[in-house]
Amino acid sequence: MSEAAITLKNVTKTFGSVVANDDVTMEITKGEILSLLGENGSGKTTLMNMLSGIYYPDHGEIFVNGKKVSIKDPKDAYELCIGMVHQHFKLVDVFTAAENLVIGIDSHKKLNHREIADSMRYICDKYGFQLDPDKKVYDMSVSEKQTLEIIKVLYRGASILILDEPTAVLTPQETEKLFSVIRNMKEDGKTVIIITHKLHEVLSISDKVAILRKGKYIGTVATKDANESLLTEMMVGEKVELNIDRPDVADKKKRLVVSHLSCDNADGVRVLDDVSFEAYSGEILGIAGVSGNGQKELLEAIAGLQATREGSVVEYFDEKTQEKTDLLGKTPRQIRDLGVHMSFVPEDRLGMGLVGTMGMTENMMLKDYRSGHSIFVGKKQPKELAEKIKEELGVVTPGITTPVRRLSGGNVQKVLVGREIAENPTVLMTAYAVRGLDINTSYTIYHLLNEQKQKGVAVIYVGEDLDVLLALCDRIMVLCGGKVNGILDGRTAKKEEVGLLMTKLQQDKTKKNSQKTKKEAKS
Amino acid sequence: MKQIQTEPLVRIVKKEDMPAWQKIAVRLSSILLALIVSAVVIYAITKYNPIMVYQTMISGAFGTKTRIWSTIKEMLMLSCIAIGLAPAFRMRFWNIGAEGQVLVGGIVTAGCMIYLKDLPAPILFVIMFAASMLAGALWAFLPALFKAKWNTNETLFTLMMNYVAIQLTSFAVAKWENPYGSNTVGVINQNTRAGWFPTILGTQYFMNVFLVLLLTVLMFVYLKYTKHGYEIAVVGESQNTARYAGINVSTVIIRTLLLSGAVCGLAGFIAVSGASHTISTSTAGGRGFTAIIVAWLSKFNTFTMLLISLLLAFLDSGAGEIASKCKLNDYASQMIIGIILFFILGSEFFINYRLIFRTKTKEVA
Repeated sequence: MSEAAITLKNVTKTFGSVVANDDVTMEITKGEILSLLGENGSGKTTLMNMLSGIYYPDHGEIFVNGKKVSIKDPKDAYELCIGMVHQHFKLVDVFTAAENLVIGIDSHKKLNHREIADSMRYICDKYGFQLDPDKKVYDMSVSEKQTLEIIKVLYRGASILILDEPTAVLTPQETEKLFSVIRNMKEDGKTVIIITHKLHEVLSISDKVAILRKGKYIGTVATKDANESLLTEMMVGEKVELNIDRPDVADKKKRLVVSHLSCDNADGVRVLDDVSFEAYSGEILGIAGVSGNGQKELLEAIAGLQATREGSVVEYFDEKTQEKTDLLGKTPRQIRDLGVHMSFVPEDRLGMGLVGTMGMTENMMLKDYRSGHSIFVGKKQPKELAEKIKEELGVVTPGITTPVRRLSGGNVQKVLVGREIAENPTVLMTAYAVRGLDINTSYTIYHLLNEQKQKGVAVIYVGEDLDVLLALCDRIMVLCGGKVNGILDGRTAKKEEVGLLMTKLQQDKTKKNSQKTKKEAKS
Repeated sequence: MKQIQTEPLVRIVKKEDMPAWQKIAVRLSSILLALIVSAVVIYAITKYNPIMVYQTMISGAFGTKTRIWSTIKEMLMLSCIAIGLAPAFRMRFWNIGAEGQVLVGGIVTAGCMIYLKDLPAPILFVIMFAASMLAGALWAFLPALFKAKWNTNETLFTLMMNYVAIQLTSFAVAKWENPYGSNTVGVINQNTRAGWFPTILGTQYFMNVFLVLLLTVLMFVYLKYTKHGYEIAVVGESQNTARYAGINVSTVIIRTLLLSGAVCGLAGFIAVSGASHTISTSTAGGRGFTAIIVAWLSKFNTFTMLLISLLLAFLDSGAGEIASKCKLNDYASQMIIGIILFFILGSEFFINYRLIFRTKTKEVA
């Protein structure tokens, strides 16, 4: 069983001056589950995209089942039985599951819906998927969409499956389900490649781990011989301390009170439903939840960027006087003018937090370019700040005038977080602050957040990695379907407990809440 | 089984940043290449000596004093409109209504010249100046308001406003027809020269040059160094970022379009009061669209706009000359313009990307 399904020889791929894959030579054994591990930007996805026909290598050779091949487009890949599930799903929303299966298949046969649905059911039964062929994609949850993508690949006869960060969008329970499906596929003789950077998943699912670092192939180890610190060291190239600090909460004061916050999205769907909580100074409040359960709207509502329904209240308490200020109905500018120091690191870094085409300097002045009476913008202070952040956070950039969108994800985030912290906030909200960042940068960010916490800032941390949430936060609020589904103590909460709250709405509790609201409304 | 393994024939790959001199070199060589290709085309079609044809072009654009001024006037007109478009385009607001904004500016100017000709010249100028800007601003304000409030499509809206302006111009021409039955307005105030730009330093076009150069500098500074300019850039990049930064997006859209329309209206003022002294639909004559090319090619740098406008104005008058001198069909001379523009635009591709051709074809058993 040690026959090679895929062999790569000296594969190199460059984008401009960036070398994404540098002379990679590796072998993928047939019938095994291989984890492709590496930090962001280490070239995992690029390498796999060359197998699935998205990119074409600059140099090097690819062998499939021992035969040299040339994969020019995804069709070639399918003919070689290679199928890839991308991180961003490529499905047609208004089509059903079955219809999505056959899109793009070049066949002169007449479409037979029942036949397609039958073969889809057959695949589902064989590997343990659960999905209704007639369900429309827009009705599906994220994990169902992913299931469909995997079925799609199997339907097209793939025997080598590549999954790009499949667990990034799943809850722990869903991840377990996915893993059992993957094990079934292995039993069936399929070769599975999983791109990931989550170590514990690597250890639990794969037979072998291949590691890439900065585009170079570092090596392959059998999972049974590996452990977290060995893998991290191979991935980062140096020893990394994997513990996240959690200093004790000191001088806890009420800073932000949110009560009965509700809002609708553009389509009139209720995305936040009667959310109430308090945030204290000197504490990190974690917000957990499957993405798209109201996290974005919650932060934006507090920041003055999201319209709220009547009856919602967001109050801010001044750090010195404890004086109360109402924040709702005000624009971000008005909130600033009131002297409320609220910093916000939004999820969409280049689409909301920064201006991609501008350099660091110009991004520094985004929030206070208005200061002063001159009609001209002052560039001296922002320039100094940019230099300081570049220095202190180690931002890797050709210069502070280089457009920030040309920087890597981690450096972009350092620029954004650096600016937000430089404003001396009293409330710091971060949405997915470490998404897509390498291990070292992630730890830099955790460290910065802890520093702010110890300074007495009320930190709100919306996260997706439960292990991090449990290690970093003092309290964890779980959002589900736009409702608060429980607030747990970060020091005692269990991962499974949080996972359950993320997916299952606590019925009786919400009933009680709504009764309470009704009573209050009456009185 | 024999199988031929092939790489794709051509692959497009992104290039790293070029140093500035290399970019200039690529652009210059693209012009050179364009001239060579046009020479071949010219020879193939007409059997004329291409060098002679190019000489004719140059003499057509710069041969006499009148020709020089006519080329410069065209260049100023294009630059002025492009300067007007710059803030809107910087904000990613596709104002393709410059044609209409220029026309209404022109109509108002002509109206002032006709009805207010007895006012003292300085007062008349101030009124014309202000009125043309107001008219242009109004023409841009409507689409901006709808964009800001209801997010309508500005491309269609500004385009449709052009047709309204063209109809208005036809109406004005019919109303002010002179002499009766000519279906033109004729030269307004030919004897009194009321409302004409004065002759300064020996040229009647001094004011044209002065105004456009002033606008070039002011707009450059406005976009690059002022808070407004910064807001425009942020809104253009991402409205979400703008809202996040506390910028009132609607205000910025409307304010910027008022400015954009006002400068285009001013172009109408310069065209009527400073050049043709009459009004017709050809007062704008498609320059509102050509200026879009100018604005884009110059990447919204107003000084580059002057250069690009000069190139286009030169090509235009040169092409006209070879059409009449060499008895070339008008379309044939337009072809030469087309070839040159094609190469200049195409050179941008080679600045950002490179092509990799197939190097080998292997046979594998």
